[in-house]
Amino acid sequence: MRGALWVGGLIVLLVLCALAVALGPVPLGLGEVWDALMGEGDPNAVAIVRAIRLPRLTLAVIVGAALGMAGAALQGSLRNALAEPYLLGVSGGAAVGAVLAFGAGVRDASTIPIFACLGGGMAVGAVLLIARAAGGRADPRVLIMAGVIMGAFANAVIMVVLANAPPNTVRGAVWWMMGSVADAGWAQIRWLAAYVVVGAAALLFMAREIDVLALGEEPAAALGLDVDRSARRIYLASSLLAAATVAAAGLIGFVGLMVPHIVRAFGVRRHRAIVAGAALVGAALLVAADLVARTAMPPAELPLGAVTALLGVPFFLLRIRKLT
Amino acid sequence: MIHFRDVSAKYPRATREALSGVSLTAPAGAFTAVVGPNGSGKSTLVRVLLRRLAPRSGGAEIDGRPLETFDARELARRVAVVPQRESAVFSLPVHEYVSLGRYPHEGPWRAATQRDVALVDRAMDDAGVADLATRDILALSGGEWQRARIARALAQGGDAMVLDEPTTFLDVGHEMGMFELLASLARAGRAVLVISHQLNLIARFADAMVLLHDGKVAAAGAPAVVMQATTLERVYQWPLVVTRDPAVGAPALVPLRGHRHSSGRASATTPESSS
Repeated sequence: MRGALWVGGLIVLLVLCALAVALGPVPLGLGEVWDALMGEGDPNAVAIVRAIRLPRLTLAVIVGAALGMAGAALQGSLRNALAEPYLLGVSGGAAVGAVLAFGAGVRDASTIPIFACLGGGMAVGAVLLIARAAGGRADPRVLIMAGVIMGAFANAVIMVVLANAPPNTVRGAVWWMMGSVADAGWAQIRWLAAYVVVGAAALLFMAREIDVLALGEEPAAALGLDVDRSARRIYLASSLLAAATVAAAGLIGFVGLMVPHIVRAFGVRRHRAIVAGAALVGAALLVAADLVARTAMPPAELPLGAVTALLGVPFFLLRIRKLT
Repeated sequence: MIHFRDVSAKYPRATREALSGVSLTAPAGAFTAVVGPNGSGKSTLVRVLLRRLAPRSGGAEIDGRPLETFDARELARRVAVVPQRESAVFSLPVHEYVSLGRYPHEGPWRAATQRDVALVDRAMDDAGVADLATRDILALSGGEWQRARIARALAQGGDAMVLDEPTTFLDVGHEMGMFELLASLARAGRAVLVISHQLNLIARFADAMVLLHDGKVAAAGAPAVVMQATTLERVYQWPLVVTRDPAVGAPALVPLRGHRHSSGRASATTPESSS
């Protein structure tokens, strides 16, 4: 039963990936896609597949997987079914870090994620402090409010910084705030993958701690968990994942919110499986969202973050009804 | 054995100490109870034991070894604590929830062994939740949830068990079942420390009672020593009599109809006080 779920998820992801490479302004048949992947056939098709669609697809897979895992770990450890990097302001903080680094002249695909992580880490720390001061992390709504405030502040900072930036050197404010996997490059993907592998390994290693933290602070302490240290490490690993995706693809919200719910809806209960499942479902969701972004209103391309928000907002509203 | 030695503790930003100079011992093989009014510091003892609150002076010892020398998991393997408050957020089958009691014995990648599985099954049997194994913890009644939590603590093992108001939400039958279970754990050699408001049941089951009042020990000893009307009336600020339960012979508290004066003194209204 469990095995069948994993195989099914993998098949869905592979089908979506095949569609993502085949569909676009120049539709290609699956045979053409295969030839192009092998470097044969029409040179135009080879260029489209290998230089444009494949890197874009790869970026979407990694970003979706990372956001899904970060959301799963944050929801479990914070005991908050609405938690995710975007709504908690982590992504916003990371974007501020990345934009400031960009503005200061940093161009290296390996270093920008470090600044993004610093920004994301500071944001999550500030959000937890605000929530504690405003009545405690125990109330999921207080935490989300603090996160949304942090996100709004981050958006303002990004707009101010980018308003003065020379247009050629800095990607636009819209790119950062709406997210995109359009200008994917292999160098950037390699760096992102390295960060994501580290963050994912850390979360899978700490997954049992998330199971225990999900019981609440006192029960977790009663089971012998060093609650504060464990929670800090999980926030850090989740922030690393979220921040690396922001550095590579800007702010993409709601993926981290929806994905863990989808995974849990299949009866998955332990966080090692939830985190791993969230990687799979997150990747599939973002590939699908990017496919919609590219093909829904040709020749225009929708911002990826707008597509995920259009899916995520109704989802959020349904969930928040359950809390009140 | 759990021993609190002269513990004083204060919450951040609180004006007065939650515990001042409290000493008490829960020996192995005995049922020890901590009672006292709301806010008397009972749950603070648990927080000190869980190291969620550091004492300002004094400290706790487990089998003569200072609490602070224990690694967190090692401590959890020795002492199983059921905190007062716990609310579930995510769906989890009861069996999976009880299995979390084995967490302090697990490694990060270690799968459950036959022994873990057997201990979890036994704990679920003992706490009376074996038939709820596949039920979602979010769908349990208050009493079922309380018993699932006890099962988790039983699965945790160890030679001491601390329970903060374990019979909240339990009906008479389940409450008696719980007290019998705790008494049998004590008879089997565990140190059982129970915080409870159920004075009459405590007086029947406990080997020793500690009455807390304003963070201090107001009385301690065998139930017959602690269950004195004058002491209890002063501590609970309510008119009451202590009688002997005709059926079982244990001291039994009967609160009278009455009211509380602004001075904190309580007085009974007739005719009940004449009895």
